[in-house]
Amino acid sequence: MAKGDAKARTHTTRAAPEPAFVQLLTPEGDRVEHPDYTVDFTDEEYRSLYHDLVVVRKLDAEATALQRQGELGIWASLLGQEAAQVGSGRALRTQDMAFPTYREHGVLYCRGIDPIMPLRLFRGVDQGAWDPNEFKFGMYTIVIGAQTLHATGYAMGVGKDGKVGSDDGEAVIAYFGDGATSQGDVNEAFIWASVFNAPMVFFCQNNQYAISEPLERQTRVPLYHRASGFGFPGLRVDGNDVLACYAVTRKALDDARHGQGPSLIEAYTYRMGAHTTSDDPTRYRIASEVEAWQAKDPIKRLRAFLDKQAIAGDDFFAAVDEEARVAAVDLRERVLTMPDPDPRSLFDHVYPHGSPELDQQREQFSTYMASFEGSGH
Amino acid sequence: MTVKEFNLPDLGEGLTEGEILKWLVNVGDTIELNQPIVEVETAKAAVEIPAKWAGQVAKIFHPEGTMVEVGATIIAIDTDPGNAAPAPSAASLAAVDIAGDAPVEPGMIGGPAPGGRTAVLVGYGPKTGAAKRRPRTTATTTAALIQSEPPATHVPAPVVEEDPAPPTRTPQGSVLAKPPVRKLARDLGVDLVGIAGTGPNGSITRDDVLTVSSEPAGTAGSVAPAAAAPARVGREERIPVKGVRKLTAENMVASAFTAPHVTEFLTVDVTRSMKALERLKTKRDWRDVRVSPLLMVAKAALVALKRHPMVNSSWQGSPTGAEIVVKHFVNLGIAAATERGLIVPNVKDADALSTRELADALNALVATAREGRTSPAAMSGGTFTITSVGVFGIDTGTPILPPGESAILVFGAVRDTPWVHKGKIKIRQVTTLGLSFDHRIIDGELGSKFLRDVGAFLEDPEGSLLAWS
Repeated sequence: MAKGDAKARTHTTRAAPEPAFVQLLTPEGDRVEHPDYTVDFTDEEYRSLYHDLVVVRKLDAEATALQRQGELGIWASLLGQEAAQVGSGRALRTQDMAFPTYREHGVLYCRGIDPIMPLRLFRGVDQGAWDPNEFKFGMYTIVIGAQTLHATGYAMGVGKDGKVGSDDGEAVIAYFGDGATSQGDVNEAFIWASVFNAPMVFFCQNNQYAISEPLERQTRVPLYHRASGFGFPGLRVDGNDVLACYAVTRKALDDARHGQGPSLIEAYTYRMGAHTTSDDPTRYRIASEVEAWQAKDPIKRLRAFLDKQAIAGDDFFAAVDEEARVAAVDLRERVLTMPDPDPRSLFDHVYPHGSPELDQQREQFSTYMASFEGSGH
Repeated sequence: MTVKEFNLPDLGEGLTEGEILKWLVNVGDTIELNQPIVEVETAKAAVEIPAKWAGQVAKIFHPEGTMVEVGATIIAIDTDPGNAAPAPSAASLAAVDIAGDAPVEPGMIGGPAPGGRTAVLVGYGPKTGAAKRRPRTTATTTAALIQSEPPATHVPAPVVEEDPAPPTRTPQGSVLAKPPVRKLARDLGVDLVGIAGTGPNGSITRDDVLTVSSEPAGTAGSVAPAAAAPARVGREERIPVKGVRKLTAENMVASAFTAPHVTEFLTVDVTRSMKALERLKTKRDWRDVRVSPLLMVAKAALVALKRHPMVNSSWQGSPTGAEIVVKHFVNLGIAAATERGLIVPNVKDADALSTRELADALNALVATAREGRTSPAAMSGGTFTITSVGVFGIDTGTPILPPGESAILVFGAVRDTPWVHKGKIKIRQVTTLGLSFDHRIIDGELGSKFLRDVGAFLEDPEGSLLAWS
């Protein structure tokens, strides 16, 4: 008996049956039509979507390995959620602002941020050192759901700045998971965004588990139904379908930037790995469930589509794999050669212009550090 | 050849050790970067560790099943095997015998860790040998540095290696030990109670457990006076109280000193009941069913409970005063002696069952108890209990109430006894019933009426059924 089987008995009642959702690409790689949503990609764009999915997955796997080898303190893997992240991330326009959780490595990649950045954070070298304003991508937020309030406040500010109502308008997207929907923060964000008609997209990656708690412990209705209670539209999308994720996010962002107010997207997906490297998913879920989701793999289906439509062939797939491998090796080498941070950098970013008391503390700390033999500092 | 050693990292935020579950590679194997090499189980998860370098496995340091400290070297990988300078001889690579259990010297890798381990609150990364505190520069320099600081400054306290806390005895019942140490103790059959811990705050360390487990039983160890298994010390034997024994003791003490018990007895002629049982066995649909006097007594109690529902009740204290909760269902508990000790599983909603269903339920309950498979659910929620001392050849007793119940019926051995029957002395089958009840709820009158009805049923089951239903 597999380790998770004993637990399976408590999982007999799911909150909702397998849902109806927006889907443009079946798990078999067949393109299907939807009355409201479509994509119009060139062959080159399709290939580039595939490229991103593969690279993002490979870098994520490398980061997991680095944690296991003692080079990172912890890692939150996105395995299985690549389509939700790349699809929505690619739907952002340059001026749009994103507020991530700590798992949005795929969105970070699409925003053009060096993928080494989150590894610096999880190695404890810095606090996440990209410039949120430059890349329009907020800091990784460890506190569950807190970023939805930050995003809503930011979006309300966008509205007050008069930057909505045209094609050039700005929209804001907040990422969170199914577990976060039980947080007060997220529900408050829903209310504020709704009442103030903020240019917001709430993008929930429902990966079925809040660490070890299954979805039925979070909700009795499908999560996207929640939106109607707060007064804005909600919809569910196949979170393993990169085309559908792109299409619904693009539409929701455009509605927001044109002053149509917030919306909720529930990307129905599955976390194939552990919540973080610190837990063991075989203790709380059954092997057959994981297998069922493997058949819905986001990369496999896009590859099947590219293959069937003769958009790409084996040469292309092999080239992408090689590119991903090289990127992973590069990532590894850069992690291994990261210098340890100067302990005094602790004082650097507390105040923009320092403070007398802090300067004094920094001075004392330097003296203390220098009192050790062989002190390099 | 370039051999690199891989140290066990902290795999999950603040762990200090892990158990080698399974080696996925052997010495001499050629491995790729990130190829899974070993499964390690920590207090949080069982995970595979991927190889940090490509190359050839040069040495494996710990056999499967050993606990390894974070920071200890677990594998050596030759990252440049083609360039073999001197071909590694078998002797120089003599790895620990994976299957074997060759003891390793204390202090050696794989051996018991030296005392005074650094406590890790939260941290990660391999703990290297150089992780000890760096010495301070000479006192003069330090003094000079401090001198130069503003007078109001807090002078950093000199850093001193913490002395291990002096061994202190921990009070019984609240033993301080980390979960992996507890597991080690359980695996080695060492009882933590009674071990004098040498760790911080008197907590018990791995070393303490290993010391105790390596002592021959019976010798009075300096660290641990009382060891695990029943240890014979002179003319006494000390048996740790745990499991069912402990639970029984707690329940009995709680009940005996909470509910004021009264016990009444009644001796009855059960000849007709025994004959009724014999007749039952001859019926077609009862052919394969095992029937015993317990069935008649259970039926009698259920019929009598229907006539006196107050007996099937519970005393419940609450902040606003106590309440008597009268149950409109009977979860009939049956005290069963098993190898594990006394357990009292109950038949749920026994009052709603037909006699045949009741017989099946009782047989199933007893069989399950004998096999030791009784579930906790089957042992909770009882409302009234029957205990049979007759099976031990005893006539009666004064049973103690299961906590939360207000009455318990005991019945003794059924004996052939000279008895006055229809005006003459006859040999009849006679037994003694006893009823203990909670006097807070049940007065002598109610208890007597109930016991009398049980007796009346057993004296004349058919007549009682006709008269009362």
